[in-house]
Amino acid sequence: MSSKPTNVVVAGLGGQGVLKASDILADVAFRAGLDVKKSELHGMSQRGGSVSSDVRFGEHVFSPMVAAGEADFLLVLASEQVPVNAAALAPGGLLIEPSQIDEAALPNKKSINVALLGVLSRHLPFPLELWSDALRSNLPEALYETNLQSFSIGRGR
Amino acid sequence: MHTFDALSILRLRLLSMAINEYRITFVLPHSSCEINVHRSRSGTRIGKLIPCLSRPPRQSSTLNSRPKSHRTPCLEHLKQQCAVSLLSGDEAVALAAIDAGVKLGTGYPGTPSTEILETFERFGGCAQWSPNEKVALEVGIGVAFAGARALVTMKHVGLNVAADPLFTVALARIDGALVVVSADDPGMASSQNEQDNRRYAVAAGVPMLEPSNSQEAYEFTLRAIEISERWHLPVLLRLTTRVCHSKTIVRRGSIAIAPPQSPHFEHHPRFRVMIPAHARPAHQRLRQSLSQIAAWNDLEGPNELVAGLPSLGVITSGISYQHLREAAPDACVLKLGMTYPLPLERMRTFAAGVERCMVIEEGDPYLVEAARNAGIAVEGKPESFRFGELNTARVRRILEADSSPEPSPVPGKPPSLCPGCPHRIAFTALKNLNCIVAGDIGCYTLGVLPPFDAMDSQLCMGASIGVGLGLRHSLPPEEAKRVVSVIGDSTFIHSGITGLVEMVYNPPAGGHLLLILDNGTTAMTGLQEHPGTGRKLDHAKTGKIVFEEIARAMGIRNVHVIDPTPDPAAFQQLIQSCLDTPELSVIIARRNCLLAARSIREYERCNEQQAN
Repeated sequence: MSSKPTNVVVAGLGGQGVLKASDILADVAFRAGLDVKKSELHGMSQRGGSVSSDVRFGEHVFSPMVAAGEADFLLVLASEQVPVNAAALAPGGLLIEPSQIDEAALPNKKSINVALLGVLSRHLPFPLELWSDALRSNLPEALYETNLQSFSIGRGR
Repeated sequence: MHTFDALSILRLRLLSMAINEYRITFVLPHSSCEINVHRSRSGTRIGKLIPCLSRPPRQSSTLNSRPKSHRTPCLEHLKQQCAVSLLSGDEAVALAAIDAGVKLGTGYPGTPSTEILETFERFGGCAQWSPNEKVALEVGIGVAFAGARALVTMKHVGLNVAADPLFTVALARIDGALVVVSADDPGMASSQNEQDNRRYAVAAGVPMLEPSNSQEAYEFTLRAIEISERWHLPVLLRLTTRVCHSKTIVRRGSIAIAPPQSPHFEHHPRFRVMIPAHARPAHQRLRQSLSQIAAWNDLEGPNELVAGLPSLGVITSGISYQHLREAAPDACVLKLGMTYPLPLERMRTFAAGVERCMVIEEGDPYLVEAARNAGIAVEGKPESFRFGELNTARVRRILEADSSPEPSPVPGKPPSLCPGCPHRIAFTALKNLNCIVAGDIGCYTLGVLPPFDAMDSQLCMGASIGVGLGLRHSLPPEEAKRVVSVIGDSTFIHSGITGLVEMVYNPPAGGHLLLILDNGTTAMTGLQEHPGTGRKLDHAKTGKIVFEEIARAMGIRNVHVIDPTPDPAAFQQLIQSCLDTPELSVIIARRNCLLAARSIREYERCNEQQAN
């Protein structure tokens, strides 16, 4: 990992699991021994409105927020929220959105957040084991298997 | 397992309502450990023995239980991970409170502070919601008068409510520790204003610490306790949204703190009964203490110097420090951890040692004004950066004196009342009847937005009643009779009861209608209990305040309790009939919040089981 932190913005609508996805991602980076910061806003934004959460990891991270135009990865859980968040993406950054997934193949439509993490995981240097550990510790036991399946669909192998 | 014979089981904690997960805490003479037990159809799984808190958890005679929906597996995991974990600032404050042996945490829910007490309770601390912040602080003062350690939490506007006890407890001598957390919300992610509560530290004469990440939230909570005990003063721990809600790595035990003393009473009327004869010398003592603390802060306060190029020096504090290090990695930085009383000599020396000295701070120009008043030449930020949060990009603009217009963010989807929310029916009726609605603070404030457009005022907790009465007193009769005060259940408890007293005491000539939207929870802040639910912070059963009984006891004859959902037309008709009478009326629209309904049923079932 270079000295410049990796910036990820996860966005969507309240209730979609934006914060859960960013929690899992931050946990993976933490388990990998990196410095991690994760930022989000609670409150009003939870009532079905737009929600976004920033995750930054690397050797050393200062600000917990991703500056506009500096996200290396933008995960958007609801396609219609792409225009709202597009400005977050750095030139050459990668947009990950639901159209990149065969949603019909997911064991549970609600696990789209974890499926998109699967897509993201292809581009990050973390071993699969860390992802499954983070999924297990951030999700209720009963949901672990379906989410791991969704993650694998996103990861594509 | 045979060694357990020598231990005592202090607490058996149910981790789920299905009663298939237990945590058993064993207490040894100098430490304690826990074991998780998971029962399923395939058999019973016993987890590893985990050393836990350095002090034994509090004894509890009742089973502590919560439905699965309220468990955060991550936190359970973190609780067991002792040394290093990824925590929000709120969680870090809670962890410090555990490690310091805080006797009692009190507060009123308010974004972004709410998770502090919830986490403290989950970690095994004793925490309770008060009816409002003033009462919470008063209870905390009592704890500190007893020589114990108290943590009182609230959002920034909550400190307005608690300001009365704060200003005078600063004069009183406390024997224990009193840490007051003010969680400010610059940018108003979920608040009605963006007041900068650093001003309160100055106005009340209370030392203030400002962490910039979760590690400092942990350490500064411990330091706040030490400062409070050393100088017998309350200490303000000022957080902001991005400190409260950002997760960063926390190394537990990074600094040590002496164990708490045993609570005991000391008779100190001169220091605690603030009649003028006692308060006059007390004010002088306070000022002496503050100058001692300022000198201490100059020499050994929790401030940090970051070496860099002498061409630019920056004085900063809190989350602004993090943005600054990103925006200007080569600058010399003086990061202030204690921002009242300020280490002015240290700031003066720092400013003298750099070619250009700037102040980077969010919100009010507090540091820059204090520096200039002390004759320290510093550059501040343009007025436009007083509004909203700072971030790395905005700090770059300030440093580069870039005054070009900032890009405005693409508007996202605004929040709205949940589909099926009982408040929807209430606001549809109010809109249909063309009511003038004096509103209040909670989810239902969203009634101001389309498609309802059914709220005409909203200022602070409880204001709906007073404002509604003022409108009734002043408007011409035809308009006055359309005025309705609308308040939620938790907000009514918080500061609506005195408004109702005013309504009875000074009734408008044309009468008035108070509509209490009782959804059985403090929904906006994340479904917390309150005195009207009859359950405590940990959802255990307790005394219950019944709104209709309060209204009737105050002498209001027209008190109606109705569930608006089954028959919206009847509900609207009831409002109309109350508006038509020149008397005082109270309607309690009662139906549980959709998000909370399932948990509420489970809490009630569980509490009933325990009663039997």
